[in-house]
Amino acid sequence: MTTPANSLAAPPILTEAAIVLDLLLLVLAPLAIAGVALVNVGLGRSRSAAQALLGNMLVVATALIGFTLIGATLAGNTGGAGHVFHLAGKPWNWLGEGLLFLKGIGNAPAQSQLEILFEFLAVAMAAIIPWGSGADRLRLPAGCAVAAVLSALVFPVLAHWVWTGGWLAQLGINFSAGAGFLDPAGAATVHLLGGLSALALVWVAGSRKGKFPKGGFATAMPGHNAVYILFGCLVALVGWLGFNLAGASLWLHAPLTSLPVTALNTLLTAAGALTATYTVTRIRFGKPDASLCANGWLAGLVASSASAAVVNPVPALLIGIAAGIVTPLLVEVLELAAAVDDPSGAITVHAAGALLGLIAAGILAPQPGQFLAQLVGIATILGLFLPLVYLLFKVLNRIIPFRVDPDGERIGMDLHELGGGAYPEFVIHRDDSYR
Amino acid sequence: MKFAGLIVMPAGFFLSIAALVLFPAAGPRTAFILCALAVEVVGLIVAVRGHMENREPNAGESR
Repeated sequence: MTTPANSLAAPPILTEAAIVLDLLLLVLAPLAIAGVALVNVGLGRSRSAAQALLGNMLVVATALIGFTLIGATLAGNTGGAGHVFHLAGKPWNWLGEGLLFLKGIGNAPAQSQLEILFEFLAVAMAAIIPWGSGADRLRLPAGCAVAAVLSALVFPVLAHWVWTGGWLAQLGINFSAGAGFLDPAGAATVHLLGGLSALALVWVAGSRKGKFPKGGFATAMPGHNAVYILFGCLVALVGWLGFNLAGASLWLHAPLTSLPVTALNTLLTAAGALTATYTVTRIRFGKPDASLCANGWLAGLVASSASAAVVNPVPALLIGIAAGIVTPLLVEVLELAAAVDDPSGAITVHAAGALLGLIAAGILAPQPGQFLAQLVGIATILGLFLPLVYLLFKVLNRIIPFRVDPDGERIGMDLHELGGGAYPEFVIHRDDSYR
Repeated sequence: MKFAGLIVMPAGFFLSIAALVLFPAAGPRTAFILCALAVEVVGLIVAVRGHMENREPNAGESR
């Protein structure tokens, strides 16, 4: 049975200083989206660069509109009404009941407005992750459709479960599992969901033409601009600091005095990850690989989204090192062994990085039972949301075909979809893989 | 084969819910949830294997 219920006590009220600081931090957070967008573009081909960057912007726009029209209502807000059923004597808050079309948001408490703003930026970030994996063959309408589905239906449900008083957030109250599922900056809600959506999209859309020739090894298709990739990583760092600090303040109600340590941990996790990936790729290939180092850096940042607010500096560094070791190895396994063509490495960076951070947060957080809560959260997203997203994408692919036609892929997405290239003065060389 | 793997994965999710409801003690509950995760990983591996078997150059899934 489903009944609307106000099942949560109101959260601690943020001080005015915290509200101002959170707003400033959230103004920085779009830089994380910009950084990931730059990385996505740089890791794709030059003949699809303009389409890739325009696609990132369209995906963000579609996600924001989808979340406003439908998603925000399903996500609800902390302390607000929700739909609850009872099982085994426990309340299971499974769906939020937020403002319809955000009507009246201007009169809501500042904390609720900040929560909505955080969710806005989070849904935009979640939506561009699969777009990067579909680079060089995903059509613009398909990217927008994927973003619409994720922002209107999938992300809001998970955001409610994790952030705004859903059953995962209440695991601590109802089942003595730590403080409930901990995901202060969206490691699960944004990155794990986004990474698994990227996997589902790659499964549905297929690989780029010539990537896996019959009877041969996977063809290397390196990114076209290492400067975009590496500069994108630096830009993303600023945005990630905004996400991690604002998330700790909003969702964990961390005191302002603890935020500098969260920032330190974010930096240390990224630094450890980059150093580890640099070392691994240098040992593995004889020279460090710039694009894999960028992936390692981002994987460290993703892991910090789960752990930076709950661990100390040395464990944060170790988490980063672990993320940096796993990233280049998993990228290779996915491409060579699992036949997954993921140009941006999003599945490894976002899904695996998030898993690592969430598990580490469960092990290292001071609350007893936290590891259990993290396992339940991971089991929920992996076991429920991956099949759900794959099913939705399969249906969507029937309505709006994801993949460009072979001729469009041959001449490049820029010419095919936009009518002009990103670098009109470049000479386009013949691609032998199409012969 | 991919669908078979993806159908197995929600079973792991429901096992983790069952663990929360059925086992009040932390030890058995954690062990049961780890088993649920193992079921999901098996489902994921089957799905990945299904993708590898179906792989063809230059092709997505049939529309």
